[in-house]
Parts: sequence; structure tokens; C-alpha cells
Amino acid sequence: MTVTPPATAPARIRPIRHESFLVYERFRYPKIAGGAMVVSILLYLVDSPYGSRYGGTWAGYTLGTIGALLILWLMSFGYWKRSYTTNQGNLVEWLSAHVYLGLALVVIATLHTGFHFGWNIHTLAYALMCVVIASGVFGVVCYYRYPPLMTENRGSTTMPQMLGRIAALNDELRSVAIALDDRTATLVERATETTEIGGPFWRQLSGRNPNCATAAALAGIAATAATRQVRLLLDEKAQLLSRGRRDIRYKAVIDIWLYLHVPLSFALLAALLAHVVSVFFLW
Amino acid sequence: MATDYTIAIVGSGPAGLSAAARAAQEGKTHILIERAPHLNDTIFKYQKRKHVMAAPEILPRRSDLDFKEESREEVIESWEAGVASAHVNSRLNTEVTSVKGQRGNFEIGLAGGEKLTAEYVVLAIGVQGNLRRLTIPGADLTIPDADRPFVQYQLDDPDEYQGEEIVVIGTGDAGIENALGLSVNNNVSVINRTADFPYAKPANAALIQSAINRGDIAAFFNAEPKRIEPSYLVLDMPEGETRVKCDRIIARIGALPPRRFVESCGIVFPSDSPTAFPNVSETYESQVPGLYIIGALAGYPLIKQCLNQGYEVVEYILGRNIAPADEPLIQAKLDSQGVSMTVSELVTAVRERLPLYAPLTPLQTRDFLIHCEIRQLNPGDIVFRRNDFTNSLYSILDGQVGIQIHPDRPDQLLALGQGQFFGEIGLIAGRRRTATVVAITPCLLLEADRNTMIRLVRTERDIRRVIDEAAVIRFIRTYLATDANDAILTEIVRTAEHPPEIVEFRPNSPADKEDRETLVREGATDDNAVYLIRKGSVTVSRRIAGKDTVFAYVAAGNLVGEMAMLQNAPRSATVKATVATEAIKIDRGMFQTLLDRSPAMRQSVDAELEARLRERRQQQQIASHAGDLIEFFARQGLGEATDVLLIDESLCVRCDNCEKACAETHHGVSRLNREAGMTYAAIHVPTSCRHCEDPHCMKDCPPDAIHRAPTGEVFIADNCIGCGNCERNCPYGVIQMAEVPAEKPGLLSWLLFGWGSGPGEDKSPEGMAKRSGGKHAVKCDMCKGIEGGPACVRACPTGAAIRVDPEQFLSVVRQGRV
Repeated sequence: MTVTPPATAPARIRPIRHESFLVYERFRYPKIAGGAMVVSILLYLVDSPYGSRYGGTWAGYTLGTIGALLILWLMSFGYWKRSYTTNQGNLVEWLSAHVYLGLALVVIATLHTGFHFGWNIHTLAYALMCVVIASGVFGVVCYYRYPPLMTENRGSTTMPQMLGRIAALNDELRSVAIALDDRTATLVERATETTEIGGPFWRQLSGRNPNCATAAALAGIAATAATRQVRLLLDEKAQLLSRGRRDIRYKAVIDIWLYLHVPLSFALLAALLAHVVSVFFLW
Repeated sequence: MATDYTIAIVGSGPAGLSAAARAAQEGKTHILIERAPHLNDTIFKYQKRKHVMAAPEILPRRSDLDFKEESREEVIESWEAGVASAHVNSRLNTEVTSVKGQRGNFEIGLAGGEKLTAEYVVLAIGVQGNLRRLTIPGADLTIPDADRPFVQYQLDDPDEYQGEEIVVIGTGDAGIENALGLSVNNNVSVINRTADFPYAKPANAALIQSAINRGDIAAFFNAEPKRIEPSYLVLDMPEGETRVKCDRIIARIGALPPRRFVESCGIVFPSDSPTAFPNVSETYESQVPGLYIIGALAGYPLIKQCLNQGYEVVEYILGRNIAPADEPLIQAKLDSQGVSMTVSELVTAVRERLPLYAPLTPLQTRDFLIHCEIRQLNPGDIVFRRNDFTNSLYSILDGQVGIQIHPDRPDQLLALGQGQFFGEIGLIAGRRRTATVVAITPCLLLEADRNTMIRLVRTERDIRRVIDEAAVIRFIRTYLATDANDAILTEIVRTAEHPPEIVEFRPNSPADKEDRETLVREGATDDNAVYLIRKGSVTVSRRIAGKDTVFAYVAAGNLVGEMAMLQNAPRSATVKATVATEAIKIDRGMFQTLLDRSPAMRQSVDAELEARLRERRQQQQIASHAGDLIEFFARQGLGEATDVLLIDESLCVRCDNCEKACAETHHGVSRLNREAGMTYAAIHVPTSCRHCEDPHCMKDCPPDAIHRAPTGEVFIADNCIGCGNCERNCPYGVIQMAEVPAEKPGLLSWLLFGWGSGPGEDKSPEGMAKRSGGKHAVKCDMCKGIEGGPACVRACPTGAAIRVDPEQFLSVVRQGRV
């Protein structure tokens, strides 16, 4: 084995950055977020106003401003994610910052409230923020958990390849079923005609199809020597279907939280605007 | 004595047609004699709708006939119109059987006894000659029901036959093109006399091999047709007789150049080789005064050249000494460098001073010079630097250059003078320059780019041999015996009992009968060669606990196999090629001599030996997983990559942002297909360009549009003509033909108002409808020219996408996730 470079060592060695967004740069953003949280706590404690602590004290205003700016910055992630032509650094760094600073926001905003809650627009803004952050945490957990599961489920077979295999199985099933009795043939025909993977979002999320004709056929066909071939084929098809449905389920879970996270963040933006306007102009 | 005609032209291909049109325009009496019932037989016989190319692009066209790149049908139509409007005098269905006489008085004998006379004769009969026909028993069987012969020698339209069992005999370019065209709608088998495809262009050979591997075409190798029976072709094969049932046999077994006919006109061929062309002067005149040869028979099968030659030969006949079409091109090269030489002085200089190009005739030299550059340098000017990715070959017409052998000792130069060449390592191995070269005195250099040289060595064996020998010697000097000089090495190489030879290896394919991939076998005691890898890469593996474990991947420029030789022990590992690999095989005796004569080499080899013995003890600690991963990479052909995109699937959330980023930074067409590709141990290799060391795509690009940038990425330039050769040649399927999509509104207007189609490719019907312009080849260009580097890596939110240099494979494996 010779891996000694000859006299001509390559001049260009690009460092490989192979880190996930959670550990990016040796936990740079957890450290920054941690620092921010510590600073906020100190600020909160340092200020002992006359009366109770709430959003209107100087510490409260400071925390509130920081929080609002942080919310705007966090929302800009959606823009940077899609601006491919401007070079604003790697998206991994953006996501790492987004996740950890988003977590820090809980602390900053909660301290800003001074723990004063009520049935008003201000608490609504706070509540929306918490839901958004919670959905974000759910998202991070999904991003951590599901990718290896997806690889395990489908490996390097692509969905079109699986569908192709299912179509081929359908063809075989049709030709084999001709030789069988009517009842079996009908079950098999129904299985080949309706093959559903996915569907409405609740079905995608559940990963199961209660009306699966293939499962019905498997259950309904008597286990005899004559039906062995057809049962083997149905079984393989059922495995593929379940793999496909599982794949869709994982993908759906990975995607669905964003359908809460993003619209709610806009709702948060609206509530935030109302909160700021009402605080400065109506009090 | 007055003759029937001033000029008689035999053959109505592009050369003959162009000559006839010129003669007609000049008002000279002429006759264009054609054997077939239509003009332009060779092109007439092209497959329907074949795309006819107009290479070489840079050569201006000088003819009364129009020509541009278009389909076969359009070319035929345009020439028929051109010939009619020029009032060319032609005779079809007329075969010439003899040409006798000399300038001023030629007698042309026709089949049937008639005789014509002319002052000058131009032979433009091409080399199609007579199609070779099968002579085995049964070759003339006919199919009674269909009233056609069982064996045919021509295929006009591959779509004409559907659902048939067709056998194609002959695996040159024509046979392969026919087989591939027919395999879409029929079951095709090909009969090959040997086990590979030496007579076909490399692109065609690759295509047919992959069709065979996929099972689209069946192949009979080492098979010789023995006889034909009704509905059967009987083959003689190593295992005995084999009968192949078929509906149709197509035999494309070549054509005999009409050598006897040409010799009977008094023309002498330079050798007995069947590929020899008759010698002609710079004005296309043969040894028989007044008898001219142009076109494919003179060695120029390209259509544009034939058209030019037709024009020029008539001008020369009329006594006008016009400069050939390439004259201004070559003169411009000289003028731009301030060299005061005429083109013919340059041609003479090349022929006299550069022994490398001695086998070329003056006309071939000119043709070669069209694709070269002239460089005039002052002392101290740098020709190229170490680690540059340039890869042209330089020859010294005048002056001296120095090669810096040691990068830390720039004053120590190895001098090369007039007549010598350098730069050949980059040319052959597709690697970076191994040393900086500077001009010592004022010098004049001839620079030939890689594609031109590759075409040249493919046809001129002698040139190839000279370059190979120099390359071997210099490769050994660069990578092994760095302190020896060329003279000593040449002596060692030439006096060795078994001189070093270049051996080719490649991964075994199912059709292979012999092992072509193993350089060294573990445990062998009888082989004692050392391999210096010139091109490609190999894996080193050992059998551990009953399993073949790969523990290293070795790239070009490195040595394998020297351990056993130095220690006098059986081979300690198996070495196999991962991609098409060339290695210089050095035998024990020569290796020892090198060690004795080169202290630097002995020192480095000794150090290497010790390091390896130490490493062998630690070997068991390398997880078999790492070895498997290396083997997986090697099987994916990543051995020849210089930069490859990998996706860690344990981090990838399948958001396809990488694809969208690629599309958005490249006119809406993504060059990356994330999902497709193989996965192993959570490392996924998506379909995306690997920027190979020796790019397959570059091999057959007619407009020479594919280049490697100085920073290493392989990119396709704007002069792509959309022929699709690169797409076919790429074994990894990373090139696609795409049209430029329509413009769309910006990101903000999509985000805020929903205008436009958003990031990624515009697949809407409106978008598709707006696409215009032809299709062009697109592939990953590593975001060349885009600030920040590859967009796919920048756009991955979870950090799953990385680009690696294959030499860093192991560290990819060792770094876990999160």
C-alpha cells in the first residue's frame, strides 16, 4: 500500500466539513445561545424596579427589543434558504444558528414578560411564539431521528424503482390468477387494480391503508398449494407497499411540522406587530 | 489533340461534387462520372435522419456548395440544388474501369467499352470501394416469402424492422450503429470475431459494451460465421458449432479500398498496409502528372475538407496557386506570436526539426497544425507550472527549455533542446503537471492540445510508440528515481532484459473470459514485477478471516508490488484495478538496477518498506466496515473521480434543497439527481459529475467544448453543439441534454406574491413552451465562477452534503455523525 504522495503533493486540499447542524463548528451556536440566555437572566435579575418586573421596565424593554429583532432574524431564514445565488455562507450555519438562537428566544421572551400573563394580545403573541418554538423542537427531533430510519427502510431503491417493481408484480399476478378459481381471481384482480400508496395527509401520516386491496386479498385467499405462487407474489407486493407507505410516512412527518411552524410564525409576526403598536401607542 | 473534356471527375461525393461545381462555375468543360444511380452515394447510404457534422469547426469552407451541420436528408437536398444551379455535367450509372495516360491526354475506360478523353483527371472515389460480402456457404440464400436476400449489407432505416430476431455480423462503427439502432424494436445479436471492439470509435465500443451488459443486445464473442442455412446462422466458436435462429442477417464487414483500380492508373501506394493512402503533393497531384486525388482516398474523410479540396484542386489545375483554406488560419497563429515565418516554412520546420512528427505527410502536417498553437518565449518565461491542470504537448522548434525537477531547487534544471518534446505526462495520464518548465533561451514552441494528440496517436502508431517510451522513462524519473537523468534512465530502460511495458487493466465485466483486473494476486510466488501506476487507480486487499478486505486505495503516480520483491516473499496482498488503469510493469532486474543507480530511490523505497511493515501490524484494527466502504466507492467508479459529492443519509432530510440550489444557479436545470445513485452504510453517492481524472466525456467531443479549468473542475463550454456524445460516453449518467428554460420572476416576488414558479426547475407547461434554442449538454461544473463554491453543499441545511477528494475517503468514514 502506498499512500505517500509523490513529489507532487496536490496543492489544493479542501477541508471536509462533515458536521451536522446540531454540532456545527464544535457547538458554536449553543455556546452563543447559552451566552445570550445568561446575559438575559443577568439583565432580568440586575434590574429591580419599583413594583414588579414586567415588559415595561428598562430591562423589559431591552429584552423585548432583543426578542423582537431575534424573531425577525429567525424568520429571515426562509429567505436565505432560497437565495441560492447570493453567497451568505453555508446553510448549515444558518440552520444551526436558527435552532439554537430560537431556543434562546424562549428564555429571553419569558423574562421579558416578567411572568405576567393574561387573556390579551400580548400573551397571545407569547403563546404563538411558544407554539412555533415547540413545533421547531419537534422538527429538530424529526431531523435527528428519521433520516437513518428512511435509509434503513428504502436503502438506495428509489420510489420509481419500487413502483416499477410493483407494476411488474401486478402483471405477474394477473397472469397467474387466470388459472385460479373465481373467488381468488376476483380478490387478486381487485388487488391489482387498486394500488394505493399515500393519499390524504392523514393516511400519509399513519403509514397504513385500511382499505388495502392487497392485504384483503392476502387475508382472503385460502392457503393451499395451488395458491402458493399467487400468495408469494401478493406477499412481496405487500412488503413493497408497506415500505413505500412507511417511506411516505417518514417524509410526511419530516415535512408536516413546517406546515405549522411557518404559518404560525407569520401569525406570530402579526400578533407581535399588534403587541408592539398597542404597547407604544395605546398605553 | 482536343479531348472530350478539360476535367474529368470520378466519384460524386462531397469532394467530387465540389470540384465539378467549381469547374462548372469556371466555365470549363467537365464531366462528373458516378457509378451509382444517384449522386453522393456514401452519404446517401447513411442511416435515415443521421446527424451530419461539420467538423473541424474552425476550418473555413471554401466551396461553391453550401454545407452546415444538419440531417442527412437536408445535406442531400442542399447539394442537389447546388449542383443543379451550377449546371454540373454529370453521368450516373457509369462505372470507370480504367484510367490511362498523362496530363493533356487521359483515356478513361467505362464499363461497357466506351472511352472518354480528358486533359486532367480527378479521382474522388473515396474508400468505400466494394462492400465486402460474406463468402460462406449459404450467403446468397433468399427468403422466398419476403422475396429478399437473407443477408443484407446495408441498413437504411433501423425503424423499418420491428419485432424481428436480427443478427449483425461485424463490429466496426457501422455494425455497432446498426445494432444499437435496431435493438430498440428488435432482438439483436452481434457476432464478433474477437473479444472486444478494436475497429470502432471508443464511444461506439463503450455504447455496445454497455448495451450488452444491460442485456439489450446479445453478443457472440470469438465467433466466426461458418455457414448460413434457412433461418439459421451457424457459427464456429471455441466450444464448437453454435446455431443462431434469426429472421435477418446484416453484415457490415467493411469495404475494400479500390487499391487495384487505383494502382492500375499508375499510382503507387507507399506500403502494403491496407490502411495506406497514396502519396500526393501539396496540390493533390499523384505521381502521374495531371492525375489528382482528393477526398477520403487522399486521407481526408471529413466532409468539409473534401469540399475544400474539390474547390482547390480545380484552382490548381487552372494554374492558380491559391493558398489552401487553412493558410490564413495557420498564418494567424504565427503572426499573433510575432513569428516571421510563412506557413510552408513552418511546415518544413516541423518536418525537419521535430522527429516526433516525421511519419506525417506534408498535408497531414498542415492538418495537424490547424489545431496547434505556436508559442514564442523569452528567457525566464514559464511554459507551465507544477500542479497546473493544463495538458498539452509541447515540441521545441528552436531554443532550450529547462525542467525544474525539484520544486525546492528551482535553479537545478534539466535542459531540453531543439527537436525534443515535453508535457506528455499530463497528456496521457490526465494528471496535473509534475514540474515547472521555464524557457532558458529565447524559444519557439509548438503546442498541441490533448484531444488533437489523442486523435493523432490513435492513427499513427509510430508517434504513439515514441511518446510512450519517453513517457515511461520520464514517469519513472519523476515518481521513482528522482535524481537520475534521462540519459541514464534511457540506458537502463533500453538495456533491460525485460524492458518496462505499459499494461492495461480494467474491472472485469460479465462478458470477460479472462481476468483483466488483477495486477497482483495474494500468495503468488512466481511473479516479481513492480507496477508504477500511470493512470487510473487500484485497490489493495487481503483475505482476512475468509473475506476479501480492502484496506487501501492507490492512485496514479504510486508504486505497488515492491514489497514482495524486496523481501523475497510471496505476494502479501491482491491488487485490482477499480477503473480503466494503465501501469508500467517493471521487472525485478530493472528495478534492482534502478535501486543501485539511484540513491534517492533506494532511500525512499526503504523508508516505505519500514512504514508498511509497521502498518501491517495495525491493519487488523481497521474496521472491515471502512474497507467495505472503500470497496463500495471503488465499485462506483469513484476511483477516477477528483471531486465527488457524497450525501450522509443519516443527516439528509430529503428536502432536495441541493437540487433546487443547483437548478437556481444554473438557468433552472438541475445537474444533480439526489435520489438516484447507490447507498452504502448511510453514505449515498448521488448522480452528479465526479470530475474524473481522465474524463470520459472529453474523449469524443467534436467541437472540443469540454475542458478542465485550472482549479480542476471539468466543465462544458458554450460551443456545445448538442450531439450527445458526452452523455453516451459518461458511465455514470451525469450528463443530460437540456434546453434553456424561460426567465422567471425573482425570489421575493414569489415569496410575497406567488409570482413565478419558485426555486427549482420550471416544469409548468408555460415554462416548457417558452424554452427555445437547441438542447445542450449540461452537467455539474462545480459552480465554477460562482462565489462560495458548490451551491449544493452550501444549500444543505443539515450538513449532509459534502464534496470530497477520493484521497480523503477514509476520513469521511471515520467521522461519525452528530
